[in-house]
Amino acid sequence: MALPTGKVIGIMADNLRKRKNVIPLSAKKSTAWAEGLNLPRGGETVIYTGLLYQLMPGITGLAAKMASYENSFMRHLMGMGRLANKFINVAAFMGGAKPAVYKEYNRILRNIACLLQKSGVEFGYLYEQELYTGALLHDNGVEHLVKKQARRIWDVLQANGVKEVITTDPHTTNMLRSVFPEVIEGYDLKVRSYLEVLAEVAPEATNPLNKELVIHDSCMYARYEDVIDEPRQVLAKAGAKVVEPDYAGKLTWCCGGPVESLFPSKSKKVAEERVSQLAENGRQITAMCPICVFSLREAAEKRDDGTEIHDIIDHLSEAYCLDK
Amino acid sequence: MYKIDADFVEAVSHSDEFNANACMHCGNCTASCPMGLELLPRKLFRYVVVGLEKMVVENAETIYSCLLCKMCEESCPADVHIAGNVKKLRNYINTKYYKL
Repeated sequence: MALPTGKVIGIMADNLRKRKNVIPLSAKKSTAWAEGLNLPRGGETVIYTGLLYQLMPGITGLAAKMASYENSFMRHLMGMGRLANKFINVAAFMGGAKPAVYKEYNRILRNIACLLQKSGVEFGYLYEQELYTGALLHDNGVEHLVKKQARRIWDVLQANGVKEVITTDPHTTNMLRSVFPEVIEGYDLKVRSYLEVLAEVAPEATNPLNKELVIHDSCMYARYEDVIDEPRQVLAKAGAKVVEPDYAGKLTWCCGGPVESLFPSKSKKVAEERVSQLAENGRQITAMCPICVFSLREAAEKRDDGTEIHDIIDHLSEAYCLDK
Repeated sequence: MYKIDADFVEAVSHSDEFNANACMHCGNCTASCPMGLELLPRKLFRYVVVGLEKMVVENAETIYSCLLCKMCEESCPADVHIAGNVKKLRNYINTKYYKL
């Protein structure tokens, strides 16, 4: 039996309205990845994480809970959960991720920032002023809240004199580059993904990978944002041989992640199908979206055949000796 | 017997965000769907165009199961903005039925 759609989206909507995020996240957890990097505050060009990587520990924990509720009586309590969530942050009582999980996702963001720096790119960071873009609610059609969030973000960017942002994931890229201009008059922010930036400026690798990597394109990058060549160019500079699965580039196959919060079983089925397609071409698979990595990795672990899913930055870190 | 709802047609089908008039019912969208959704989008959009709100709402699970991955749009010969249409339907259901 499916989870109650309206109640689940309602909880996320209430959180964005009241707590400025679909899953509440403290400023400390949002900015922990940047500790010690001495990134300047603000500036004309800033890195914009959209908090997606920082949310992943919470998302992975909640996804497991939701999957267990899907076919249990617990799904009938979602209405009460939504009511309680209006007063207290219910997610805080649903079991958080282990510190190692937070560290893992923070390491990804640190490595993105370090590789940009190593490539000579200068940028600042908005620290605790940075907000989640509302991507999940945009997908689920809660447009009035997305518009409000877009306005909040645009106000922060303008107040800091930001003219250009470098994004770290496809969903944030899409929101800032393609969605916000439709809802904010006069919005003229220049938005580039870090992969687009690196495709132009990354140096040759100091430790070339010399291995084959099967590429999984993100739907959001490939079909919404036309970011297809850039990840391949970056991997080529890193010394990897990119292996193309049958469904690649504009015809990439979804990882199933977009419906994980509402229909966990359906999501997992799509992920398993996708991993099967990818694994036909090799066991080392690279993806460029935290949601894709999470969905595919979960499906790959069930196979127990050595199929590994890694974020593209993990491979780049190896090639450029980062891994801080 | 389902009632045709003119207000529903006006609210969804005549909005700028929804456009399925170009759909020629070829079925490419259905054939290429990674989720294997059989209803979306041609039959569903027809319900919208002719004002069968009840049929649309009865299929809410299918509407929210769409991955919005746009694989269907890649194979659509009529360039229908399928993902945008699905989001418009979600928005309608969220507002009217889920009171979000």
